Formats: sequence, structure tokens, C-alpha cells
Amino acid sequence: MSEPASEQVLRVDAYPTHEVGGYRVRAGKPFPFGANVVPGGVSFSVFSDQATSMTLVIYKRGEPEPMAELEFPQEFRTGSVFAMTVFGLDHENIEYGYRADGPYDPVTGHRFDARQVLSDPYARLIAGRDVWGVEPDRSRGYQYRSRVCLQDFDWGDDTPLGIPAEDLVVYETHVRGFTRHPSSQVTAPGTFAGLREKIPYLKELGINCIELLPVFEFDESDNPRTNPETGEQLFDYWGYNTVSFFAPKAGYAATGRYGMQGDEFRTLIKDLHAAGIEVILDVVFNHTAEGNEQGPTISFKGLDNATYYMLTPEGYYFNFSGTGNTVNCNHPVVRNFVLDCLRHWVADYHIDGFRFDLAAILGRSADGTPLPNPPLLELLAYDPVLRHTKLIAEAWDAGGLYEVGNFPAYGRWAEWNGKYRDTVRSFLKGDPGITGELATRIAGSPDLYSTRGTSASVNFLTAHDGFSLADLVSYNDKHNEANGEGNNDGGNDNASWNCGAEGPTDDPGVNALRLRQMKNALAVLFTSQGIPMLLSGDEVARTQQGNNNTYCQDNELSWFDWSQVDENSELLRFTREMIAFRRRHRELRSTSHPTGQLRDTLGLPDISWHGERAWQPDWSAESRLLAVARCGTGDDDVVYAAMNSHWEAHDLELPALPGGRSWHLFADTGAEAPYDIRTPGAELELENAGKYLIGPRSVVILVGRTPDAEL
Amino acid sequence: MTLNVKERRNKAGTVLVATGEINSETSGSLLQSLLPLVREGRPLRIDLTAVTYVSSAGLRTLLVVYREAQHAGVAVTLYGVSEEVRFVMSATGFLDFFSTGEAESAAAKAAAKTAAKAAR
Repeated sequence: MSEPASEQVLRVDAYPTHEVGGYRVRAGKPFPFGANVVPGGVSFSVFSDQATSMTLVIYKRGEPEPMAELEFPQEFRTGSVFAMTVFGLDHENIEYGYRADGPYDPVTGHRFDARQVLSDPYARLIAGRDVWGVEPDRSRGYQYRSRVCLQDFDWGDDTPLGIPAEDLVVYETHVRGFTRHPSSQVTAPGTFAGLREKIPYLKELGINCIELLPVFEFDESDNPRTNPETGEQLFDYWGYNTVSFFAPKAGYAATGRYGMQGDEFRTLIKDLHAAGIEVILDVVFNHTAEGNEQGPTISFKGLDNATYYMLTPEGYYFNFSGTGNTVNCNHPVVRNFVLDCLRHWVADYHIDGFRFDLAAILGRSADGTPLPNPPLLELLAYDPVLRHTKLIAEAWDAGGLYEVGNFPAYGRWAEWNGKYRDTVRSFLKGDPGITGELATRIAGSPDLYSTRGTSASVNFLTAHDGFSLADLVSYNDKHNEANGEGNNDGGNDNASWNCGAEGPTDDPGVNALRLRQMKNALAVLFTSQGIPMLLSGDEVARTQQGNNNTYCQDNELSWFDWSQVDENSELLRFTREMIAFRRRHRELRSTSHPTGQLRDTLGLPDISWHGERAWQPDWSAESRLLAVARCGTGDDDVVYAAMNSHWEAHDLELPALPGGRSWHLFADTGAEAPYDIRTPGAELELENAGKYLIGPRSVVILVGRTPDAEL
Repeated sequence: MTLNVKERRNKAGTVLVATGEINSETSGSLLQSLLPLVREGRPLRIDLTAVTYVSSAGLRTLLVVYREAQHAGVAVTLYGVSEEVRFVMSATGFLDFFSTGEAESAAAKAAAKTAAKAAR
């Protein structure tokens, strides 16, 4: 074996060559960007195309005034990169930033201001918002302070799980909201460490991938509004307003006050992997927290405004994100920034994939025109480090570009399928004229993804943005008054139905229908082809009291209430069994779209459509009943799902089965618990083989198998 | 704050009693004290009863010791980890690497009291 690491190797570049401001320094290495610990010192490297001079500003940790300001000597500049190694720094106890001098001329895009200390775009740790919700000292001149970070986490034998995309069951959640509620009973509520304590719950639920709302450093206090009813401070709770792209949010770590958020987050990921759960990050490259011309200067604006942002010919900010500014994603330098950032999260944090917020912007050119062959999207698709990560686009933006089914995929990109959401919601509430499109959606949307396969479609009915599942069946209209915007924020087109009363009710009939509608939604979601995504808490009927835009609500409206795990155990059990059922039946996860062709072994097509009569689907506008049978791809069983959104019951004629198989009942949402669902493999054989009465607004799932093929 | 270390040998192995903070400033000297003990090959106990704070760099140093010990086939145990330090080590995953035990010596407990007084 080689000698231990403690054997020191002396290198020429471990010695200073210059002195600047009383500090011993030498020229640094331009790459990698950021602050990197090197023998004897720290190497700082920062890019600015138009800066005339650059100064490194160093603070003792937490001090208001700098302890040193070191201007980069001209000979330390390579191209447009300023790089310097400073010796003798205690890397753990310093914070740093830059002053960039250059032209201030907004019309030509330049906003240099050497009075401002700027965060390093490549900072791997940020200080300044170390504990969630602590009121910051805004009188300090430098708010978001870059810190040096060692990259030496001991991953042990952690390796990527490499779960095939079609096998994923994604669980969208929020680091803080998942365990912040007092009922969570974790050691450190609202943190990475708290989430880690809930891994057994996730495992038992059966999901194998969590998708985290933004975890890059953002400023939760960056919201001037208050709740008009209570006067309480509102937050930027969701975090779609990135301050620093390489730094995990300190306020999400129980150890953020010690600057150990990186280790805490990595430990969470390591343990999730050990539990068979992948981690996808929701990333926001379409805009930054710097806003428009009125917004703060944090980093990019002062380092190279014209490079990083899309600007109008007059020097104003294009706003395709709806938040003030738009990142100039397809600029060659910015492309590399995005690539470096994602590589960092994959290599240094073992992240398994990314969901890109308003990803349509990533396909726009510098003037906003959609590009036919966007270089950034292609770069990410083929990058060696990202090669096996999941890439999921939110394929629309606030500028009106809607690319669902049309996102430049390069054989790699999947999409949040907004059309799936809209169609299934509309069907469930009983709208007419939907049955035909429902068939297309549950078969993996072949109209949208014919060349990309079913796993290009991330199917979801609810997400952080919009109603929760419980609210989808409890409210006709949004109720966002607590957001302080006069109920004008949030989407109006929800395709929701309150089942007969708006909001909470004591009416047992309404409540029973709501529970059934939630089960119907889950039954359709988990028997559809494509990647299912479940919103955290929907499995226990989490409510936001009708608020469909809780971006600013750091309270019970957003938090997962763990008392509901017991209170809504019936729905939780239903969800668990549905997920387990999906895992058991490969035909539900087939990567290729079904063709309707006969399969040799069984004599049944891979997919067939049925109505009240077997083999006779009713595609008419008034039809609210559709049944689909899928035939196995190896295990030779058949899954039949009948979906009835009609307010009346229907007699179903079941298709005949070959080879001694008979129909077995897995789920009937019209039945009382515990008969609403069974453990996969222990389904009950039907007494009347050819018929089944499906109740009003119900979903029935049957399995065609030989009677002795039970567990 | 400084870090003081004292070593004590008994039949079962070597005990190193640390007093103070383990951070980027003090961890270098701690490592210099610990590495020769690891290389001796005797079971090593690190008594942290009187350690009030362990920083990120400090935890890394302890992990280096653990890896060196693994390399040498030596058992390393941390003793007397305070509640706060234990919490940080647990949240950041470092605790998973170590065997831990209660503080064993009267001397360590006395040192802890002294350290606590100094901290006030």
C-alpha cells in the first residue's frame, strides 16, 4: 500500500513569489474557478471579461470590516481570469469576496462598482444566512459571504444507484417543510439531518427517488410582504431565488452555524443512497436573486453583467422568468458555469439528477429567441460527468414558451408532463370529452414522446406549485389571501373540484367522496406509463387550506403534519400498496409505447381498450368510463384498470383471459377500507369471472393471473 | 483558544486526553500527537471530555486519525464526547466512523470542569 497522506511532499508552487498588502502570494491557477486549498495557502480564481482591475477582499469570519484587500497584480491575470494564491490563511476562519472595477454604463450592459464587495459565483460555502429565519444585519456592507471549503468528504463505498428512469417513483419534497412541523419528532426539525431521520418512512412508502425543492443558498428573508390577516413576516420559503449556485443552503443544516452544511447534506445523500433512494435537485438557472435594475448587486451584476444576463438593446433586463432578470444561458461562458455547477453537484455531492425550473429559457438565445439546437442543452446531455444523471425539464417559461413534447432532448431529457396533469385532473372531476386524451396520457403520451419513449414523461397530478391533492378535491377556487397579494397570485386554471362544499366540511358524504377521489387520482397515476411523481404529503391528504401558491408560507400551510400519518392511515396504506403494485408489474413501466399488437405468448395485445363492453371502448364526448388492459412483458400477467369518473355505477364486462388465468381484484376505490386495496400478489379471485360492477367515481384494478401464482 | 493534550499509557492501550477546541488552528498539533501513537499499534482512546468545540477541520483531523488507524489495524475509540459535539458529529456523519464511549478518567472530568470554567 502507499504511504499515508501525512507524508509531506514539497512543491515549488508551495512557496510565495510576491508580497501584496503584507501577504505572501504567488500567481494562482486559473482553473478551477473559486477558492481552492493548495499546499500552504488558498488559490483564488475569478473570471471577469471587462473588469479593469480586481481586488480580493478577505474578512476574519463574521467581522464587519475586511482584514485585507489584495489587488491582483497584472501578471496574475491570464486572459480574463484573475488568479492568486495567498499563503498563511486559516481557511476555516475567513470569508472572502471581490471588488471588480470597470465601466459603469448600463446602456452597454456594464454595471461595475468597485465600492461593492461581490460574492464568488463559484463559492462552495456561503455565510450570512446561517440559521433559517434569523433576521439579518442589513447594515453590513457584504451580506452573502463566500467561504473556503475542503472537498474531502469520505463517501466510503457510496456509488450511484443508477435506477433505470422507467423504474423511478419520484417524491417531490422541501427540506425544511418535511420535518419542520413539531409533530415530526426529529432531533433537528427542518434540516438535512431531520430529513435523514425520516428515511425509514420514505423507504416504507416505497418511493426510490426524492426531488428536493431548491437547496442552493437563497435568502429566505428576501420578501417584503406580511400576512394581511396576522401581520406575520412572509418568507421566500420555496427558494427559487438563488444567491449562490455552488453552495448548499446553510439554513437547511442543523450545523449551518458551524459552516458544516456541506457535510450534513452529503451525509443525507449517502444515507438515502444506502436506503435505495436517489436524489434529484430542483435547480434554477433561469434567473438569479439579483433581480432587475432595481435589485441588489450580489455577484454576477458586478462581475460581468453583460455576460451573465440577457439584456435589451437599451441595457435593461429581459424578463422571461417573471422575476426581473433572465440568465444568458447560451452564452459560452455561462454555459460552462452551468456545466461546472452541475458537475460539482454530481461529483462532490453524488446527486443523481436535476429538475430544471422554467427550462424553456435554457433553449433561448441572448436576445430571447428560441434556438433550434440549444448548445447548453446539448452540452449537458453529452457531458461525461453528467452522463448517467437524470435531466428533467420544466419545459415552459414565463415568457410564453411552451415546449412540452417538443423540448430539445438529445435522447436524454425528460419533461414534467403538464398535459398529463391537466388531462387526468379534468377526467377525474368528470369533464366530458376527455376519454380519448386520457388514453393517450396513461399510455405514456405517445403523441408527445413517440421517439423518446415513455420515460420522457414525468407524470404528476400535483406539485409544489399548485394545489395539494387534498385541496384539489376540496376547493373549486384558490384561496391565497395569506400571501398578501389580494388573491391575485397563483394559477387560476386548476381543474379542481370541491366535491360539493368549498373547504373543510363535516358532511360525511362529501368527505367520503374526497377520499375516494384522492384514491382515484393515485390509482391512475401509478398505473400510467411514464415516471410517476408524488407530491410530499399527498399520501396523507396534506392540505394548504386552498392556497395554491405557498411560496412564501413558512408555517403549517406548507409543512408536513406528521399527525396525519396516523389520521389518514387509510390513504397512506392505499398509496403504499399502489407503489408496491407498480414495482411488481413491469408492463406498467415499459419504456416503449404500447402498440396494440398481439403478444405471442399470451395471445393478448400489449395494450387494449375497453368500456362497459369488453373490447369496445366508448370514445364519445359523453363517455366518462375507460378501461385499459396491459399485457405482461415477461411475467405474463395482465393488469386491467377501469376508470369511471361518471356519477353513476356501470356494469363492466371483463375481457376473457387465456391460459387458465382468471381475474383477481387488487383495488376498488369504491369499496370500504380495508377492502379498497390488497397487498400485491394477494389479490382476491373474482367469483363472477366475466363481470364487475364499478361504482360511481371509482377506479377498479384487476390482475389476470393463474390462481396459484399468489405470494 | 488553545488545545492541550496529555497522553497516558496503561495495559489496555494509550489514552490521549485533549482539553480545549479542535479547529483548523489546533488540529495540526493534535495530528502530530496522535499519528505516532497510532503507529505504535496499541489500542488508542481519545478522551474528548474536556473538548468544548470541534470544527469542520477538527472533525476531518479525527477522521484522518481513523483512516491511519484503519491502515495500521489499530482500534481507536472516542471517549467523553459532549452532547453538542456528538450532535454535530452525528448530523455530519462523522460519528458513524467511530466507536465511542463514556469519559473514563477522573482526570478528564476534572479537566472538563476547568475547561468549562475557562469558557465562562
